[in-house]
Amino acid sequence: MSSRDKILAAVRASQPQLTELPQVNIPQSFDDLALRFTTVATAIGGKVYEINAIEEIKEIISGQFGEAPRIISSFSELGDIAEIDIQTSDPHALENVDLAILKAELGVAENAALWVPEENTMQRVLPFITQHLALVVSKNSLVPAMHQAYEIIGDRDYGYSAFIAGPSKTADIEQSLVLGAHGPRSMTVFILN
Amino acid sequence: MIKETSNKSKGKSPSGDSGADHATLSDIFNQDEPRVNWHDETLWFVRTKRDKAVNTIPEWELLRETASQIKHNVLSNLSAYLEQFEEKAIANGVQVHWAADAKEHNEIVHSILKKHSINRMVKSKSMLTEECHLNDYLSKNGVEVIDTDLGERIVQLADEPPSHIVLPCIHKKKEEIGDLFHIHLGTAAGEADPQVLTEAARQDLRSAFLTRRAALTGVNFAVAETGEIVVCTNEGNADMGVHLADVHIASMGIEKIIPERKHLGFFLRLLTRSATGQPITTYSSHFKKPRPGQEMHIILVDNGRSRQLGREDFRNSLKCIRCGACMNTCPVYRRSGGHSYHYAISGPIGAILAPNLDMKKYADLPFASTLCGSCSNVCPVKIDIHDQLYKWRQVLVKEGHVSPVKAAGMKGMAWMFSFPALFNIAGKSGRWFMKYFPFMVSNKLNPWYKEREMPAPPKESFREWYARREKNNRK
Repeated sequence: MSSRDKILAAVRASQPQLTELPQVNIPQSFDDLALRFTTVATAIGGKVYEINAIEEIKEIISGQFGEAPRIISSFSELGDIAEIDIQTSDPHALENVDLAILKAELGVAENAALWVPEENTMQRVLPFITQHLALVVSKNSLVPAMHQAYEIIGDRDYGYSAFIAGPSKTADIEQSLVLGAHGPRSMTVFILN
Repeated sequence: MIKETSNKSKGKSPSGDSGADHATLSDIFNQDEPRVNWHDETLWFVRTKRDKAVNTIPEWELLRETASQIKHNVLSNLSAYLEQFEEKAIANGVQVHWAADAKEHNEIVHSILKKHSINRMVKSKSMLTEECHLNDYLSKNGVEVIDTDLGERIVQLADEPPSHIVLPCIHKKKEEIGDLFHIHLGTAAGEADPQVLTEAARQDLRSAFLTRRAALTGVNFAVAETGEIVVCTNEGNADMGVHLADVHIASMGIEKIIPERKHLGFFLRLLTRSATGQPITTYSSHFKKPRPGQEMHIILVDNGRSRQLGREDFRNSLKCIRCGACMNTCPVYRRSGGHSYHYAISGPIGAILAPNLDMKKYADLPFASTLCGSCSNVCPVKIDIHDQLYKWRQVLVKEGHVSPVKAAGMKGMAWMFSFPALFNIAGKSGRWFMKYFPFMVSNKLNPWYKEREMPAPPKESFREWYARREKNNRK
């Protein structure tokens, strides 16, 4: 008997009588989703700007990320300051990226998490290997809580996708919070009106 | 004797090889009182952060109840969910393996690495691989493993097991970490600034991420409906490892299954608020298919879980989502340290999981509790932890895994409690002895006297007082 069959047989023999899966709807609302999102995002170490056009990003970030930073973006509007097409498929080539500016599909007000599916990452490793990350979310893509986020995500197919909330961080040394553990040292969110 | 154990405890022995029990290992931890106080306060600080986060969610109890019911459904239908998960994962292009025990799990990992001629691997946090002693196994087989979670890297450099499932090096002071980094990473001697130390680890581990071709991760949740797995980290180390590697191996216990993707909404809301008081981890990564050109493996591990599922009184321990809230709140854990549990998972939840694997070796753990119930109160999936601790005690005594002295004491107490007259006499004589011969109880032979002042004996018992009052009333 294979381990698979052995395990399944043992589980089948041990599992208790079937209980029902709960069907619960958690109602959720915040008066001002953008305000709530911004408050939480700031509390977890992020920076939030409201913008009316993608082009405004250029002025906001100018000078913030060093001189002549390597910037990669999925927005063609930023073509003059960023690489908008990653030529190589080798993720290791992204080692020296300073800033990635990518699009998030959804923002969750309760925890400032942003949903970034694979096609928005350009390369799966990009939102992690970059020294700084900026995500753009449109204001009408903000939802109150995780339940509403998964309602929208539904049964969408993806190879990989992530909720990202704030910069990479650790408090492993004596509970002292340090931003920039392995991933981005900072997180900037642009809420697009 | 204590000194000898203390020397051993610097190495891997707290994971259980020294044979010392919880009381002995706690004694060692308690030799440094200021450190115990600091440990206690630090964990209580994490517990209060949890409370603060929880109190902002009016529907918190509804979330807990729903998550608990989802987990009950999972346990009651686990075989079907596992088959569904396997089918979906294979359809996603993932290779699925089944491991009956720790040994088979380790062999599967090794065989995957061997197939690719890989002898260096990065690993993000996985308590399952601690449970299986994977690092030891691989290192004996010539494979170097680098733990990439900062806390885990620190205990790895110190050659110790993690002392907490969420905060692996919570028992270490920053100066000790500074010394370790000075030796291993070349930071300046005496440097103990967390910011500087974290930056040094970042640089060191970045070069590991960039050069390792295999990455192993744990699994927080596995969705039966879609065959995807979700991994939660704050540091981003799981993603850094996986997205730069040719081979991704994910190890999971079979109880990590949840039925549907939408259920993640409940569990992700509960997990981190319970663990550290954060609204969510920085990264909640959903891995469904390998990157083009990448190989992805999922290893489903039983290692005693199907046996625990069959123990009616203890099966609910399999609902655990590994948040660590029960440890942070536990008055015993906070003052005895994670290593005193000499098992991969410490604290109250570890004490109900460990005896399932080895009753003899872990017979002491269910007794390392005051049964105050705080663990059950904070558990985000409503596991009846303190009830199970109490029930394990009965099982362990019955099975003969408790020292004859303790077992005889418990039997004697039970016998005495069943005869009120005898209880009366015992109480009287106890009070008489405490009054006239205090050294009879306040001595080293009485373990209860350790760390405690015995109370002054009352003049009369409640029963005596009650009887006297009744008599007076009748007059």
